[in-house]
Amino acid sequence: MCLAVPMEVLSIEGDLARVDQAGVKTRVSLMICDEPPQVGDYVIVHAGFAIHRLDPETAHESLSLLADLLAAADEGPGREE
Amino acid sequence: MKYIDEYRDPVAVRELIQAVSTTAQRIGGEPLRFMEVCGTHTMAIFRFGLRQILPGNVELISGPGCPVCVTAMAEVDRIVELSRREGVLVATFGDMLRVPGREISLAQAKAQGGRVEVVYSTLEALELARKNKEAQVVFMGVGFETTAPTVAAALFQAAGEGISNFSVLSCHKLLPPALEALLSGGKAKVHGFLMPGHVSTMIGAGAYEPLAREHKVPCVVTGFEPRDILSGILMLLRERAAHSHRVLIQYSRGVSWEGNTRAMGLLERVFQPRDSLWRGLGRIPDSGLALRPEFQGFDAERVFDLQPVPETEAQDPPGCRCGEVLQGLITPPQCGLFGRRCDPQNPVGPCMVSSEGTCAAYYKYN
Repeated sequence: MCLAVPMEVLSIEGDLARVDQAGVKTRVSLMICDEPPQVGDYVIVHAGFAIHRLDPETAHESLSLLADLLAAADEGPGREE
Repeated sequence: MKYIDEYRDPVAVRELIQAVSTTAQRIGGEPLRFMEVCGTHTMAIFRFGLRQILPGNVELISGPGCPVCVTAMAEVDRIVELSRREGVLVATFGDMLRVPGREISLAQAKAQGGRVEVVYSTLEALELARKNKEAQVVFMGVGFETTAPTVAAALFQAAGEGISNFSVLSCHKLLPPALEALLSGGKAKVHGFLMPGHVSTMIGAGAYEPLAREHKVPCVVTGFEPRDILSGILMLLRERAAHSHRVLIQYSRGVSWEGNTRAMGLLERVFQPRDSLWRGLGRIPDSGLALRPEFQGFDAERVFDLQPVPETEAQDPPGCRCGEVLQGLITPPQCGLFGRRCDPQNPVGPCMVSSEGTCAAYYKYN
């Protein structure tokens, strides 16, 4: 039920934004979005509301964090008994 | 699709599976039980077949992560009763429609002549109130901290516009108190939590600190793609290996330590915590939300002078073990009704009704 998907902001009018994901366009409220998005930003949308502005840098960081995690796993600690 | 495809990258996924396997082997010993408490995680884990590829000593169990499934039967009964009243129009998310109360569901109430409309968002429910001025529109407020702020937003808007024929029957539930109750109960054995991505977008990862500290259980806030979930499992394994129990964020593109303070601020202006009755878990202190007195004109309990929800849940239908499924005590196939008398076409309990219920997931993918 807490399903939410990233969607691109196409235009903004007051508290409403027109958003798109893979060609599916809809209108969402920005009333509870954590940061005001700009056109071209991605937001996470849940039940008709944008709830989070995706920061491209954080998203990029999270991908490199995944790579770090893999590197660390190769030499990770074992369980000490 | 941006922010999705890169988290499904098959090469990275294969590497992660390998890393999970190696780390789990290195830890060895008794099986580690990691609990996910989010219906969307449950579905993603099944959809991508992640259970089958995990090493033998890593077990994924589902907890009370589906708001529809944990709604008490008595709460369904109240909205069913409202839908039968003259002049009332019930608005609900589609998920709730087929969930049976002690006798019938909202879908059955509608078939019997009750006025019930499905909405996709709370703003659509508000629009129903604007368009049907002759009716009292009652929205059934279900959902965790992800959804409750959208209800608060609608109530705020209704108050601003002076809409007088709109109210909310709050059945909202708060996740951290339920996890605390689950662990304090002592029955569920959990070695780590994959915490829900979007509940955490709202409340922030910091909200799990007391739980992790008091129960010495690592918590990783995790996203919904295969790469996310496997990384979350790997992070939990590494915490176990290091005898550590930190709260970590895997889903950093969607979650911060503090959460969405704007949404939570709005939530707190409209709602206040109260005890709530959970299906399978019973009554849990401060695990629900009531409308604040300033919003009593929008509180369906007051507007329609409803009886309070009873202290204890009614008995489950004979044979139904949803209560144990919701606590991660049994898996669905251990229930005698599963796949025999209970399937998605003829569901007996809520875990089979909801498309994100654990039983529905097992049925669909096994």
